[in-house]
Amino acid sequence: MSNAVAIADARANRTGHQIYAGRARAIIERSLIALRSSTWVPVATGFVEPVLYLLAFGYGMGELIGNVTLGDRAVDYTVFIAPGLLAASAMNGAIYDSTWNVFFKLNESKLYQGMLATPLGPLDVALGEIVWALFRGLSYSIAFMLITAPLGLVPSWGALLAIPAAVLIAFGFASFGMAITSYFKTYQQMGLINIALLPMFLFSGSLYPISVYPDWLELTIKLLPTWHGIELTRDIWFGIIDFSSLSHLSYFLVMIVLGLFFTTRRLRDLFMR
Amino acid sequence: MSETLISARGLTKRYGDFTAVDAIDFDVAKGESFGLLGPNGAGKSTTMRIIAATSQRTSGTITILGRDPEEHGPQIRAHLGVVPQQDNLDTELTVSENLFIYGRYFGLGKKFIRNKIYELLEFAQLEEKRDVKVDTLSGGMKRRLTIARALVSEPDILMLDEPTTGLDPQARHILWDRLFRLKEIGVTLVITTHFMDEAEQLCDRLVVMDKGKIMAEGSPLELIKTHSTKEVLEVRFGSDRNKEIAPSLRAICSRMEELPDRILMYVEDGEALLEEILNRKLHPTTSLVRRSSLEDVFLRLTGRTLIE
Ligand SMILES: Nc1ncnc2c1ncn2[C@@H]1O[C@H](COP(=O)(O)OP(=O)(O)OP(=O)(O)O)[C@@H](O)[C@H]1O
Ligand SMILES: [Mg+2]
Repeated sequence: MSNAVAIADARANRTGHQIYAGRARAIIERSLIALRSSTWVPVATGFVEPVLYLLAFGYGMGELIGNVTLGDRAVDYTVFIAPGLLAASAMNGAIYDSTWNVFFKLNESKLYQGMLATPLGPLDVALGEIVWALFRGLSYSIAFMLITAPLGLVPSWGALLAIPAAVLIAFGFASFGMAITSYFKTYQQMGLINIALLPMFLFSGSLYPISVYPDWLELTIKLLPTWHGIELTRDIWFGIIDFSSLSHLSYFLVMIVLGLFFTTRRLRDLFMR
Repeated sequence: MSETLISARGLTKRYGDFTAVDAIDFDVAKGESFGLLGPNGAGKSTTMRIIAATSQRTSGTITILGRDPEEHGPQIRAHLGVVPQQDNLDTELTVSENLFIYGRYFGLGKKFIRNKIYELLEFAQLEEKRDVKVDTLSGGMKRRLTIARALVSEPDILMLDEPTTGLDPQARHILWDRLFRLKEIGVTLVITTHFMDEAEQLCDRLVVMDKGKIMAEGSPLELIKTHSTKEVLEVRFGSDRNKEIAPSLRAICSRMEELPDRILMYVEDGEALLEEILNRKLHPTTSLVRRSSLEDVFLRLTGRTLIE
């Protein structure tokens, strides 16, 4: 009996052993190997974008705007937009790997088909790919933090908690991004993701508070993950943790679970039916 | 009778209204090399995917190593090495990285795989290509790598879906040789093909499939014996005259197949029949006496040629 058989047999009685072999790690390992020989240029562009926003809006527009009132205090405009842009870095990174790259693997390289011919299950693949995408989101947000801290834009040590929050945000976006991608069939549909993301980011309170909107629009914006991400990071940045911060947290937990669920189901339907 | 590894009864797969695999029965014994022979769309790949626990049957039963793939998919897949019809190598990785990560998907240890890679590269004759990206390999090399990859987990059963399609004759022979070696060490092979020479070379036993059904089963020799004659006389009269002459040929040969370009006549002694034809002053433009092959079996069973 080969080793592979013993490893698979050991899990035979666990619930969910059909969809999860407990080896999402192997998928991440694959991405690490692939990363070694890939080009680093797209890595840089996804990260540069929020930094450009920070420079253009913070140091450009910020001169005109001066201070923004947040609760009962006034904060410098550049400081005000920094946490939202950190959230954007996390989202950008997460989306990068979980959409176009996943689309390629699903449709062009048939990579998942090969993986699922082994004892791996669809949840291994989904989780491995999503966590990998999250890593990129995490590294973008750490890099963003490293840039903003020396500029005096990080108000306190507590703001460092924005990094774990970024992990959660990136996890949510990666999870949802992969789920949506797995249902898309054409490049046109994939283009919609990028078309939707920019306005979602711009209008979700990244650059100004959404209280300026009429009520109906404000309520609509409050349904978007971009708003929850930006708000959560801003709450932490300025140390205003309250019930609404919890609601943002739960929003992302739900997003993660739903994304994993639908991705797993879709992979099974595509490759194991 | 040795141990049965795969056993299917009434195995059926439907896609919507379309029945791709239609109530087939077969058994594969340990150490055997079992073939699925059939034309495009016969349901070979579908059957392979059900065995490999990557597609679920609609009805019927199937056990692989005594287990039902619906309940024990991962455990069954741990026993198998799968070579799909279309290569799905990891194009972002090199040759050796492909082997390495595939082993990791099975949960194998890094050290074990690293040692195994040498052996597999040697087996696939890809030692020189070990650090080359997969997209730069030739079709034959990719195929050999896909087979090597399927072996990283030391499978009991190797599933090969058209292993040599698209390869030149030399590459095919190299592959056949590799597969013989595996058979020698006791690996059970399940092979699909639409090349009858390949089926004759590689398979101990095979089923002929058409439109989702099994038309016949047996060793290549048995099939030829049961469903064909010892020899075949192929005659051509030119496409317009074939039709005209066929009735007169029927008078001297009870089994004939009329193809668009030639007439096949099934007899025990082809030379004798040809003499008879010439005596009757029916002058074929070309004629050929050959031994019966699986192609003839297929033609007999379905009324169609295997490769259109
Ligand atoms: N996912 C699917 N959805 C719908 N129909 C399918 C699907 N997969 C296969 N079929 C149909 O089932 C039939 C059998 O397909 P299959 O791939 O098993 O044939 P095959 O014998 O392997 O043929 P080939 O020699 O061309 O590889 C075909 O008519 C095919 O169109
Ligand atoms: Mg096929």
